[in-house]
Amino acid sequence: MQYMLIFHESTNEIARRESPKEAPAYWGAWNAYIKELSESGVIVSGNGLQAPHTATSVRVTDGKRHVQDGPLPDAKEHLGGYFIVEVSDLDVALEWATKSPSTKAGRTEVRPVLPPPPRD
Amino acid sequence: MLAYRFRDIEAAEDALGDALREALERWTTDGVPESPEAWLTVVAKNRLRERARRRTTAEDPRVTGALTEMVCSLDGERRAAVDHRLDLMFVCAHPSIDPAIRTPLMLQTVLGLDAARIGDAFFVSGATMGQRLVRAKQKIRDARVPFDPPDARELAPRLHAVLEGIYAAFGVGWSLGVETPESSTAEGQGAERMDEEALFLARLLADLLPSEPEALGLLALMTFSHARRKARFDDSGAFVPLAHHDVSRWDRDSIVSAERTLLRAASLRQPGPFQLEAAIQSAHCQRLFSGNTPWSAIAILYEVLNRNAPTVATLVAHAASLAELGRYEEAEARLASAATANVESYAPYWVVVDHIAVLRGDVDPERSALRHAISLTRAPALRRYLEAKWTSDAKR
Repeated sequence: MQYMLIFHESTNEIARRESPKEAPAYWGAWNAYIKELSESGVIVSGNGLQAPHTATSVRVTDGKRHVQDGPLPDAKEHLGGYFIVEVSDLDVALEWATKSPSTKAGRTEVRPVLPPPPRD
Repeated sequence: MLAYRFRDIEAAEDALGDALREALERWTTDGVPESPEAWLTVVAKNRLRERARRRTTAEDPRVTGALTEMVCSLDGERRAAVDHRLDLMFVCAHPSIDPAIRTPLMLQTVLGLDAARIGDAFFVSGATMGQRLVRAKQKIRDARVPFDPPDARELAPRLHAVLEGIYAAFGVGWSLGVETPESSTAEGQGAERMDEEALFLARLLADLLPSEPEALGLLALMTFSHARRKARFDDSGAFVPLAHHDVSRWDRDSIVSAERTLLRAASLRQPGPFQLEAAIQSAHCQRLFSGNTPWSAIAILYEVLNRNAPTVATLVAHAASLAELGRYEEAEARLASAATANVESYAPYWVVVDHIAVLRGDVDPERSALRHAISLTRAPALRRYLEAKWTSDAKR
C-alpha cells in the first residue's frame, strides 16, 4: 500500500536552511533520514521543495485567471517536501513519519495514495 | 521428587508448546475450534504420547494433571485469541482514529448498537452519528489501519479508550434496563445481555492485564453497580434512587468480590479515574454493612476525581453529594462548572438543580428545572419517579 508522507515545516524551520550556523544540522538530519528511507527500499518517489517564498498560486474565478505570489497567506506551516512510500499498513507509514525531521519541528501528514483508476 | 515433578512439567510444557504452535497454524487457516481448551489438551496429550520415551510418562496422572493445569492457566491467552471483540476494540482505539468517535465505533462494531441509540448516548442525532461512524470505518479501511493487537508500547495509550468503550456499553445497558425493567420482555433481556456482555469484557481485560490498575478499577466499578441492579425497582415496578435502595436486594457476594478487585488495584499504587469511581461506588455500598452512606467520604472522592478528570456527570454527582451534606453553595459552584459544558440535554443536571432548590427552600413555583428534566426523560419508570417527586415535594 502506498502512502504519501507530507512534510509540513514551521517558518523558523524553513529559515534554518539559509542560516550559516543552522544549515549543516538541518541538511544533515534530512540526509540521514532520506538515506535510511532509501536503504530500506520503501521509497516510490519523492522530492524536497524550495522555500515557500518561491511559490506562486494560480486561481480561476469567473473564467478569469488570478496569479498570486506565495502559497497561502499567513500560513504558519509550509509544505517542505514529500515522499511516496510503499509499506504494508498505516502503522509502518506512521513509524517512518515519526522519524522525519519535520515531525520534531512541524508536522508530518500521512495520506494513503488513491489506487490508479481501472484501465478500460 | 521435585526433580521428577520438574521433568513432568517440562514434558507437559514441551507438549503444550507443540500444541500451541500447531494451533497457531491451524486456527489461522481453519478458524478457532468451538472448544479451544479441549482441542489444545487433546493435541498436547497426543504429542506427549508421541514424545514419551517411557509410556508411563504419558499415562501418569501427575503429568496429565500438570498439563490440564497449564491449559487452564492459558485461559487468558486463549480467550485473547478467541475473543476478537477485544482485538476489534483495540483497533477502534488506534491513535489515527478521532478520539471522539472511538467509543461510538466500539459500541457499533463490537456490541452491534445502531447509530440512533449511540447518538442518544452522545447527544447527537442518529444521522450525524451515522455519518461519523461511516467516515471512521472508511478511514480504517482506506488508510489500512492494521488489525494486529497493539504491542506493549502502544497498549497503555489505547487501553484507556477501550476501558471507556466498555464502560459506555455498560452505561447503555443500564439505561436500557431502566427503560425496560421487566426482564421477561425481549427488550429487558436485551438490556441484561448488554450489561453481561460489558461485564464479560471488563472481566476478560482484567484477567489479561492483571497489573493494569485501571482495568481492575473498571471491573470493580461495574461489579459494584451491577450488584445493586435488582434494587433499582421495587415490587410495584417503581424506580428507586440509589440512596433509597432496599439493601437486602443487593448482591452481597458481588460487592465483596468488587471490594477485593478494588483492593488489588489499589495495591498497585497508580490511582486513576476508574479506581476513584469504583471507590465512590464502594462507599455507596458501605450502607449494606454500616447502615449509613458516608457522604463526606464520597464528596472527598469526587473532589479528587474532578480535580483530575472532570466530566459533566462527575461534577453533577459531586454537587449532589455536597447537597446531601448541606453544603449548598459548594454544590452550586460544582453545578456552575458543569454548566460550562453542554448540560441542556443532560437530565441529571436539572434534577440536581431542582433538588438543591427544594432543599434550600427557594424553589420556583413553576419547577422549571424539574419540568425540563422530565421533558428529557424517556424511560417511563424514571418519568413516573420524577413526576411523583413533583407532587410529593409540593405537599411539603
